[in-house]
Amino acid sequence: MTDFFQEDLVSLHKKLVNKEITAVDLAKAALDKAEHAQKDVNAYITLDRQGALKRAAEIDAAGIDADNIFSGIPLAVKDNIVTKGLRTTAASHILDNFVPIYDAAVMEKLNKLGLVVIGKTNMDEFAMGGSTETSFFGKTANAWDHTKVPGGSSGGSAAAVASGLIPFALGSDTGGSIRQPAAFNGIVGLKPTYGRVSRWGLIAFGSSLDQIGPLTRTVKDNARVLSVIAGKDPRDTTSEDSPVPDFLANIEGGVKGLRVGVPKEYFAKGIDDDVKATIKKAIAKFEELGAVVDEVSLPHSRYGIAAYYILASSEASSNLQRFDGIRYGYSARQEGQTLEDLYVKTRSEGFGPEVKRRIMLGTFALSAGFYDAYFKKAAQVRTLIVSDFTKVFQDHDLILGPTTTSTAFDLGSEDDDPVKMYMNDLLTIPVNLAGLPGMSINAGFANHLPVGLQIIGRPFDESTIYRAAYAFEQATKLYEQHPEVSF
Amino acid sequence: MSNSLPREDAAHVAQLAKLHFSDQQLDVLTGQLASILDLVETLNEVDTEGVEPTYTVSNNVNVLREDLAVKSGQKAALLANAPETQDGQIKVPAIIDEES
Repeated sequence: MTDFFQEDLVSLHKKLVNKEITAVDLAKAALDKAEHAQKDVNAYITLDRQGALKRAAEIDAAGIDADNIFSGIPLAVKDNIVTKGLRTTAASHILDNFVPIYDAAVMEKLNKLGLVVIGKTNMDEFAMGGSTETSFFGKTANAWDHTKVPGGSSGGSAAAVASGLIPFALGSDTGGSIRQPAAFNGIVGLKPTYGRVSRWGLIAFGSSLDQIGPLTRTVKDNARVLSVIAGKDPRDTTSEDSPVPDFLANIEGGVKGLRVGVPKEYFAKGIDDDVKATIKKAIAKFEELGAVVDEVSLPHSRYGIAAYYILASSEASSNLQRFDGIRYGYSARQEGQTLEDLYVKTRSEGFGPEVKRRIMLGTFALSAGFYDAYFKKAAQVRTLIVSDFTKVFQDHDLILGPTTTSTAFDLGSEDDDPVKMYMNDLLTIPVNLAGLPGMSINAGFANHLPVGLQIIGRPFDESTIYRAAYAFEQATKLYEQHPEVSF
Repeated sequence: MSNSLPREDAAHVAQLAKLHFSDQQLDVLTGQLASILDLVETLNEVDTEGVEPTYTVSNNVNVLREDLAVKSGQKAALLANAPETQDGQIKVPAIIDEES
């Protein structure tokens, strides 16, 4: 059976073109591994054996396209990205029977290239959470230690890639939901610039923050995936008409002369000492490779979480109004009830506790009398956070720091304390508020668990992030280390 | 714990959000929301006098298109996701309560 730990997109493509393997072989391997790992990892909500094998057979019959590296490659998709004819739940009871009638914009692009969707990955309900524990479909486990969280909300996607179940997966990032699980699982996760990738067909959480991005084992694979999902989409009016460069073109350019800022706030109290030490070592490696590193300040970043929970929850409370038991999804219908009864009963039974908490917070922040004190205030602080980044990027090409405040924590350990859970996103949230691109790449290990290095770039400058990440990856070869599992 | 969210306010917000909570659930939720609001109160440390709010980082202000009706030809597929249908339409409970 194909060992995805030993492969990347180039090597898989070569084997497909040389007919050493078929698309059906790859789909079977991915499905078998996924099924075998479900008990321990629970990375998937839905597996599509029938659909995936049929599609792979069609691609084999048509012939692998030697000029298209994605031809016949399997992938996994976070379950908040709609897939035509394949159940899409957002990990919520309220959508547990929902079968979309169209594909998200990113899926249209990937399907056109002959990729094979194996299944839909587990996540926090409506992407609200930092540990994939709020899913209606059970918790996912960390790839390196099954007693730890995989991070969230793209925990299923990250655990699937890091466990060697799939070559790559799609996730979404509203406050760190690609980077944080990438960090906890020791893989490469990129949140593109806001507007870089169409959100059409992504089940909305915080519309001014959400962005779809790739989770991969290697930096080059990540760049390859972004190259094909990026671009303007007229159906998403916030997608930008910015040229999509070839992200691989300068990826081997090295970091010599790159000006790197390291925010002192990213090493403040509350960040685990082992994480700090691992990241400092990683930054020293950048200096060794020729980057010019100096300390900078993002003075308002500590207010990011407070601003984020007001803004994201307000947007969520509005976005989630559409779930009412009328047109699709779970419906708590009873004899003799009124429309209002139906709304309330459906939503009360269909949403889980974390989603309800955020709807309540958002509704409160937007309600009469509180709007200025909460929503507007948070949006003003957002301006200051954006401005902090703008200042640093006037004379720096990149910002480096830890992705998370700690390594993966124990499953169940933060269940009852929402504020403690929210603090986990301290270092990733400011990037979403500013709409910047940010990546997490494995920086090394602390207590046998991966530590994520966060690389933040200027708007639409994912190329420089990839260049730096590739230099570090090649200098450390950390991607060659993977969990000792056999699926 | 903060007193920033009285229980009756939480009950009112639940009504606005079209959510129902038992008394016990509302007690727990009020406490949790109060601690979240305590965290949010830290925003008051920041001087935002004269600072313009940022609601989106998108450069697009208005995006307009022709108001054209397009037939998707997907009525049957759309209705297949609806919890209850009748005569090719989505069925909803009565909007007007006849007893009141």
